[in-house]
Amino acid sequence: MTARTLIGLLVAGLVLAALAALPFFAGPYAVTLMIGMTGYVVLATAWGLFSGPTRYVSLATVAFFGIGAYTVGVLSETLPYPLVLLVAALIGLAVALVVGLSTLRLAGVYFVIFTFGLAELIRQLVTWYEVNVTGTLGRYIFLPVTPEGIYWQLLALAAATFLFSWGIGRTRWGLALKVIGDDEVVASHCGIDITRLKLALFAVSAVIITLVGAIQAPRWTYIEPSIVFNPTISFLTLIMALLGGADRLWGPLLGAIPLFLLFEWLSANFPNHYPIILGLVFIAIVFLLPKGVLAAVESRLRKGGAR
Amino acid sequence: MSELLALSGLTKRFGGLTAVNAISFSLERGEVVGLLGPNGSGKTTVLNMISGFLPPTGGRIALNGEAISGLGPNRIARKGVARTFQLVRALPSLTVGENVVTALAFGRRTLWGKAAHEAAQAHLAAVGLAGRADQPAGALTYIDQKRMELARALAAEPELLLLDEWLAGLNPAELRTGIDLILSLKERGITVLLVEHVMDAIRALCGRAIVMNAGRKIADGPTAETLRDPEVVRAYLGDGHA
Repeated sequence: MTARTLIGLLVAGLVLAALAALPFFAGPYAVTLMIGMTGYVVLATAWGLFSGPTRYVSLATVAFFGIGAYTVGVLSETLPYPLVLLVAALIGLAVALVVGLSTLRLAGVYFVIFTFGLAELIRQLVTWYEVNVTGTLGRYIFLPVTPEGIYWQLLALAAATFLFSWGIGRTRWGLALKVIGDDEVVASHCGIDITRLKLALFAVSAVIITLVGAIQAPRWTYIEPSIVFNPTISFLTLIMALLGGADRLWGPLLGAIPLFLLFEWLSANFPNHYPIILGLVFIAIVFLLPKGVLAAVESRLRKGGAR
Repeated sequence: MSELLALSGLTKRFGGLTAVNAISFSLERGEVVGLLGPNGSGKTTVLNMISGFLPPTGGRIALNGEAISGLGPNRIARKGVARTFQLVRALPSLTVGENVVTALAFGRRTLWGKAAHEAAQAHLAAVGLAGRADQPAGALTYIDQKRMELARALAAEPELLLLDEWLAGLNPAELRTGIDLILSLKERGITVLLVEHVMDAIRALCGRAIVMNAGRKIADGPTAETLRDPEVVRAYLGDGHA
C-alpha cells in the first residue's frame, strides 16, 4: 500500500518534471497550447472537487475566474505580483464564503440558476463600475511575465490541486464527502456537519479557479468584462468535468485534454460554426456519457469480466 | 435511575396538519420503551424531531437536562443520539466497513485509520456481520442492510438509540435474531426508544409502552397493561372492540 503510494507519487513527480521541461524543447505555439490546456485541466479539476461529491452543478466558474483576472488588471501596477495573486485569492475566498453561506441550502436547479446569475451579476457590476466610476471599460495589463512563467505557475497550481484532491481522499473528510454524495440524511445523522464541509470545499474550489484567472490574465494584455466573464468558460469547464467524470480524481483531466484540443481545432478550422458544433458536442456528451468516460469504461470492463 | 430524555409539549405542524400535538414523556437511563400507534399517528415524526431531522414547531426536548430541540442532526448525534431509519438507508457506494467507520470517524470519539477499522470489525461482528467489512454495502440482503445500519448506529456509542421499525419485514427466524440483538443492547445499558408494529417483539422487549393516536399520547405505562387499555384498543380496532 505505502510502496504503491510512493511509486504513484514518484511517477506523478516525473510526469510533472517532464511537463515543466516542455518549453525547452517545444516552440512558442506548444507553450500557448499548454497554457490553455493546463488552465482548463485545473478549472475542471477544481470544479469536480466541489461538484463531484456534492453533485451541485455550479455555473459560477467564470465569476471567480473573472474576479481573478480583474484583480490583476486593477492591481498589477500598484502591488508586487505575488501580492496581487494573494489579494486575488483572498477576494475569491471572500466572495465564495458569502455566496456559499447564502446559497448552499438551495438544491438542484435553483443552485444552477443562482450561480449562472451570480456570474452575470458580477460582470454587470464590474461593467457599471468601470463605465461610471473609472470611465473606461477595458484595462491593460503590462506585467513582465513570460508565457513560460505563466505555464509553470499553472502547472504548479495543477499539481497543488491534484495533491489537495488526492490528500483529502485519504482523510476522514474524504469519506465524509463520499457519504454526502450517497445520502445527506445519513451523513448528518452520523455527526457530519454537511453545510460547513460543503462551504469549505466550495471555497477551496473557488480560490483555485480565481487563481487560474489571475495567472492567465497577463496573457491577454487587454481585458474587459466580456472577455474574462465570458459564460462559455463556465460551460466548457462543466462539460469537460462531466465528460471525464466529476467524482473521480483523474476524471476532469481526462475530459479536459481531448475537449480542449477538439475545441482548439474547431475554433481554428470552423470559426463561424464553432458555437453550433460546441452545442452539439455538449448534447452528445450528456446523452451518450451521462456519468463520464471513466464510469463508462469501468462498467464495460465489469461486464466483460462477468462474461 | 436517572432521566435521560424528556419531551415536554412537543408539537409539529405541517401547514394545517398537526402531526404531533403537545406530546410529553420521559425516558429513564437504560429503559427500552416502545412507541406505538396506528399508521399516521406521528411516531416517526417524534423520532425525527428527537434526532434533529425535523425542527419542532413547539415544545422542548432535553437530553441529560440539556435542551437539544432545534439543533441540527449532526450536533445531536455528537451528544449521543443515534438512529436507524424506517426505510433502511445504507450508503450503497461505500463498503460495509466504511458505513460503520463513518459513524466512528464523526462520532463522539473521532476514530480514524487502523483503530477505526478494527472497531468497525468489532461492531459488525456484534450484529452478525463478521468478516463482511470489505463487501459493497449495496450488495447486502435486506436483513443484512438492517444489521449494518444497526452496527453504524451503535458505532456512534449512543446513550439513546432510536429504532424506527427496525424489525419490520423480517421473517420469523430473523425476527428472533433481531429481538435477541436488541435485548443485548439492553444489557449494555443503552436506552432504546423503538417505533414498532410487531407486537410479539414489543412484548418481549419493552417494559413500557407509549401509545400515540392522531398526534396525541393516549397511553403510557407497563406494556401489558397499556395494550389492554380500552382507548388503545379503540385506536387500533375501532369502537366495537373496546
